[in-house]
Amino acid sequence: MRLQWRTDLLSDTALVRDVALVCLADGIVGVSFGATAVAGGLPWWVPVAMSLLVFAGGSQFAAVGVVLAGGSPLAAVAAGAVLNTRLFPYGLAVSDVTSADGGRARRWGTRLIGAQLVTDESVAFALRHTDPARRKAAFWTCGAALFTVWNIAVPLGVLAGSAMRNTAAFGLDATFPAVLLALALPTLTDGRTRVAALGGAGAAVALTPLLPAGLPVLAALGGLAALWRPRRRPDADGAGDSQAVRRPAGHAIPVRSNR
Amino acid sequence: MMPLLAIAALAALTYALRIAGPLLADRVSVPAAAQRLFTSAAAVLLMALAATSALTAGHDFAGWARPAGVAVAGLLAVRRAPFPVVVLVAASVTALLRLAGIH
Repeated sequence: MRLQWRTDLLSDTALVRDVALVCLADGIVGVSFGATAVAGGLPWWVPVAMSLLVFAGGSQFAAVGVVLAGGSPLAAVAAGAVLNTRLFPYGLAVSDVTSADGGRARRWGTRLIGAQLVTDESVAFALRHTDPARRKAAFWTCGAALFTVWNIAVPLGVLAGSAMRNTAAFGLDATFPAVLLALALPTLTDGRTRVAALGGAGAAVALTPLLPAGLPVLAALGGLAALWRPRRRPDADGAGDSQAVRRPAGHAIPVRSNR
Repeated sequence: MMPLLAIAALAALTYALRIAGPLLADRVSVPAAAQRLFTSAAAVLLMALAATSALTAGHDFAGWARPAGVAVAGLLAVRRAPFPVVVLVAASVTALLRLAGIH
């Protein structure tokens, strides 16, 4: 079985190519994360420890962004954690690929390690396939490659950020919002979400001069009120439908095929 | 300053969110409405973070170079440019504007 999917994997050049592209992209983001964090004045071990332990780019940037803007550690943790709530439905969606046959130790080992590899990208790769072996191959290849690349790229960025005295001259501060924008835009397919996101973003910017750092972004969640509707149409969704959990809507995962 | 405790807390919360799915998969199913709310909440947060980090520094306006670089990158992202291109263009446009004396 295991040998089977490894053979599939090697012959699947499309998967290897796509994973390599995603790794390249995230490598650049990782370098920019490490550089931004130390250039902002954080000690080198902060971005390195976060990348190993948190391993979720968006929330790492969010938490460090809040701290560098002068926000409290609590606001930083809150912003990062809220951003990571999407990992819960992701975990449900790929629960089949993080399970393994065999003894107790092996089952739990696979499950515990697999959980740490749940990211936007690895889940998106898994959900492209319906065949269980291919789902597994896609998830584990992408997840393991990303974990490796991310944790090499971030220390490299730390070195680069410590070496260059003036990161602003290289425009590194623009990479963080650009990454977030590129992650967010593909998720704005639905009109109500678009209204909620744009309204929330506008409110956050307007509140920035007034509120302590970190809070404006959390206040943007008030934009979710735009999603409220008086009566849910019975045909709008299959609430409680387990299909919806196994396969979240494609737009839920901000990864595009050409990445 | 980012204390070790904050990193540990974020790491623990994040891992809990990751492992909860596989552990509960047999017992619970997330209603589609809640699923959509998670997705929308992530979109709202990402956009708010993108906007504030593009436009503001501390409590003030960040200057023109950074938002300009981010805007060009955003246009490329809408046009489905590859991710590495989006990131490099954001940095390049901002760096070039600053070189030209526009901050």
